[in-house]
Amino acid sequence: MTTPLAGAAPARPPFWNDPAVRALVFQALALIAVIALGWYLVHNTQQNLAQRGIASGFGFLNNAAGFGIVQHLIDYSPADSYGRVFWIGLLNTLLVSVLGIVFATVLGFVVGIARLSRNWLVAKIAMVYVEIFRNIPLLLQIFFWYFAVLRTVPNPRNSLAFGDAFFLNIRGLYVPRPVFGDDFVWVLGALALAVVLAVLLGRWARQRQATTGQPFPVFLVSLAILVVLPGVTYFAAGQPLTWDIPKLAGFNFRGGWVVIPELAALLVALTLYTATFIAETVRAGILSVSHGQTEAAGALGLPNGLTLRLIVIPQAMRVIIPPLTSQYLNLAKNSTLAAAIGYPDLVATFAGTVLNQTGQAIETIAITMSVYLALSLGISMLMNWYNKRKALVER
Amino acid sequence: MTEPNPPAATFTPHPDLPPPAATTGVIGWLRANLFSSPLNALMTLLVAAALLRWIPPILDWLIFSADWSGSSRQDCTGEGACWVFIKQRLGQFIYGFYPEDQRWRVNLVWVIAVVASWPLFLKRNRLQVPAGLFMLFVFPVIAYGLYTGPLFGLPHVETSQWGGLMLTLTIAVVGIAGSLPGGILLALGRRSKMPVIRTLCVTIIEFWRGVPLITVLFMSSVMLPLFLPEGMSFDKLLRALIGVVLFESAYIAEVVRGGLQAIPKGQYEAADALGLNYPKAMGLIILPQALKLVIPGIVNTMIALFKDTSLVIIIGLYDLLNSIQQAAVDPNWLGFATEGYVFAALLYWVFCFSMSRYSQHLERRLHTGHKR
Repeated sequence: MTTPLAGAAPARPPFWNDPAVRALVFQALALIAVIALGWYLVHNTQQNLAQRGIASGFGFLNNAAGFGIVQHLIDYSPADSYGRVFWIGLLNTLLVSVLGIVFATVLGFVVGIARLSRNWLVAKIAMVYVEIFRNIPLLLQIFFWYFAVLRTVPNPRNSLAFGDAFFLNIRGLYVPRPVFGDDFVWVLGALALAVVLAVLLGRWARQRQATTGQPFPVFLVSLAILVVLPGVTYFAAGQPLTWDIPKLAGFNFRGGWVVIPELAALLVALTLYTATFIAETVRAGILSVSHGQTEAAGALGLPNGLTLRLIVIPQAMRVIIPPLTSQYLNLAKNSTLAAAIGYPDLVATFAGTVLNQTGQAIETIAITMSVYLALSLGISMLMNWYNKRKALVER
Repeated sequence: MTEPNPPAATFTPHPDLPPPAATTGVIGWLRANLFSSPLNALMTLLVAAALLRWIPPILDWLIFSADWSGSSRQDCTGEGACWVFIKQRLGQFIYGFYPEDQRWRVNLVWVIAVVASWPLFLKRNRLQVPAGLFMLFVFPVIAYGLYTGPLFGLPHVETSQWGGLMLTLTIAVVGIAGSLPGGILLALGRRSKMPVIRTLCVTIIEFWRGVPLITVLFMSSVMLPLFLPEGMSFDKLLRALIGVVLFESAYIAEVVRGGLQAIPKGQYEAADALGLNYPKAMGLIILPQALKLVIPGIVNTMIALFKDTSLVIIIGLYDLLNSIQQAAVDPNWLGFATEGYVFAALLYWVFCFSMSRYSQHLERRLHTGHKR
C-alpha cells in the first residue's frame, strides 16, 4: 500500500467514476427517456385519433351545447355554447366549495374546541362524532344524504314546513328570497361607512392605549356603529327590503330560492366530513400551545378571555392554518364527487356530459384538470408565502 | 440507632374526616366533569336531552323493531330496519358477481393473507423475514392465480365479475403495494441534487396531488386507451388500478419526504464517510430510519386510499358501495337503501377505525430513539 505524498495531487479517478460526469449522464438519460415516452404517447394518440376520426382542438367550445342544466348561477339555455357550460360548471363548483368551506370551518372549530371541553359529555360526543364521520367514505355519506334522506322526503303538496317560509320537499329546499328595492343602495352605503368608522375607531383606540395606557371598549362601540347606522338608514329609506316567500301553486312551489336536493346533500356531506378533519386540526393546534404560556399569562394577571385572545389563539393559529388550507383544498377536490349524484359541477357537466357529447376526451379532461391544478398550486403558493411570513424567527 | 419510645400520653391525632361527599365518588365526578359551572350544567342538560330524544328511536330502528329473519321483503313487516335484505344479498356485497361455487378461492386468498402476515404484526420474531418475503413476492402470484384461475388450472373468472368487498380490498391492497415503491423513488428524486431529476419528480408529485382522484379515474378510463398503440387494451380494473397507483404514489412520496427530511444530516455524512455509494447509503442507512419514522403517515395514507376506493363507482366498477347501490335499485328490494348504506358504513368504519387505532399504537411503539 502506498501513501500519496503530501502536496502531490491525487490521481484523478477515471471519468466514469467522476460524480459530476455521472450526474450529467443520469440526467441526460432521464431527459431522453421522458422525451421518448412523451413522443411515443403523442404519436399513439395522434394515430388513434386519426383512426377514430376525432378532430382535436378547442373549436368545439363554440358549438351549441343542446342540453339543460338544473342549476346555473348565470343565464344559460341549451342553445348556449360548450364554453358557457364550462363557466356554469366552474361557478357551481365554486359555489359548493365556498359554502362547504364556510360551514365546515364553523362546525370544525366548534367541534375541535368541544373535544377539549372540560365537560365530559360534550367532549365525548364530539369525539364520537369525529371518529364516526371521518372513517366513513365521503361518497357513501353523499349517497346516504341524497338517496336515503332527501329522496324520501314528501312531494311538494305535503312539504315539510319550517315556519311559514321554509319548505322541504322532493324538489328541494325552498327558502325566502330577498328582494332589494332601489333605495337599498343607501343601506349598503351606510354599512360601508360604518365599517370604515369601525376600522378608524380601532386604530384610534390602539393609539390612545399606546400613548395613555387607557383602554377603550372598541368591540362594543364598533358593534353599535355597525348595527345602528345601517339600521337607521334602513328605516329612513322606507324599508327597501322585502322577502319573496315561496308559495304552493298547483303542484309546485313558486317564488323564493330553491336549494336543489343535489346541492343540499353534497353540502351536508362535505361539511360533516371535512369538519371532522378541521376539528382534529384545531384540537392539535390548541394543544400545541404549551401550558407554560397559559401560566405565564396568568402570572401577568391576564384574565381568561384575554389569555385566550392574546396568547393562545395567535400561537395556535400558526399551527392550525397550514393544515386548514390543505383541508380546504381537499374539500374543493372532494366536491368533484358531485358527479355521482348529478349535481352539475365542473366534472359532471364538462368532463361528463360535454365529453360524452363531443368525444373530445383529451381537451375536456385537460381543461378540467388544469382548473384544479391551478387552484391547488395557487393556494399552495399562497400558503408558502404565509408560512414564510409567520414562521418563528429563531435566534 | 433506636428511637426512644414515645411516652404513653402523647398527642394522638384525631382521625381524619372523610372528604366532603361532593368531591368524591359518583357525585364528585359529576360535579367536576358535568356541572362545574352554570354554563357547563346547561350544556350537559342540553346534550343529555338531545341524546335522550334521538338515541332511543335510532336504536329501536336499528335493533329492537328490526326484522332479522326471513327470505323476502314480505318478511319485513316491522317499523324498523330490514336486515333480511342484507342477509339475502350478503354474497353479492362480499364477492360481487364472482361465481358462487368458486367463492372458496377468494376466501382461501384471504385466509392465506391473514395467516402469512400475522407474524408481521407481532413483536420482533424469527418468522418476520420469511413472512415478509412471502407476502411481497409469493402472495401476489398466488392471489392473482386464485382470483383469475387459469394459473392453477381453475375455471377462468373475468375481472368484470369481481366485486363487492373483495374488489374494494383488491384495489386498496394493490394501490398501496404499487404506490410504496413509486412513492419512495419519487421522494428520493425530489431530494436529489440533480436539477433535471428533481424538477421531473416535483412536477410529477405536484401534478398528481393537485388534481382530484375522480378526474384521474376519468383520465385512466377515457384517455389511457388513446395513449396506447393500436390493438393493445387493458381491462377496466387494470386501468383503474393504474390511475390509483399513480395518484397514491404522489401522496406517499410527500409522506416519505417528510421522513427523509427528519433524518439528521450527520447520518448522510456518516454514510458518505463510510464510503457507501448512493444506493447503499440510502438502502442501508437513510431509508430504514426514514421509513420507520413515517409508518404512521403511510397508514394514514392507506386509510385515505381505502376510503377513496369507493370512487371507482364513477367508472362503473362494482366495489362494495356500488354493489349496494345496485342492490338498492333492485325492484324486489326497493326502499331499503338506508339499510344498505348503514351496513356499508359499518364495514368501512371497522376497517378504517382499526387501521387508525393500529397507526396510533405504532406511533407510541416507535416513539423511541429518534428524539434529539
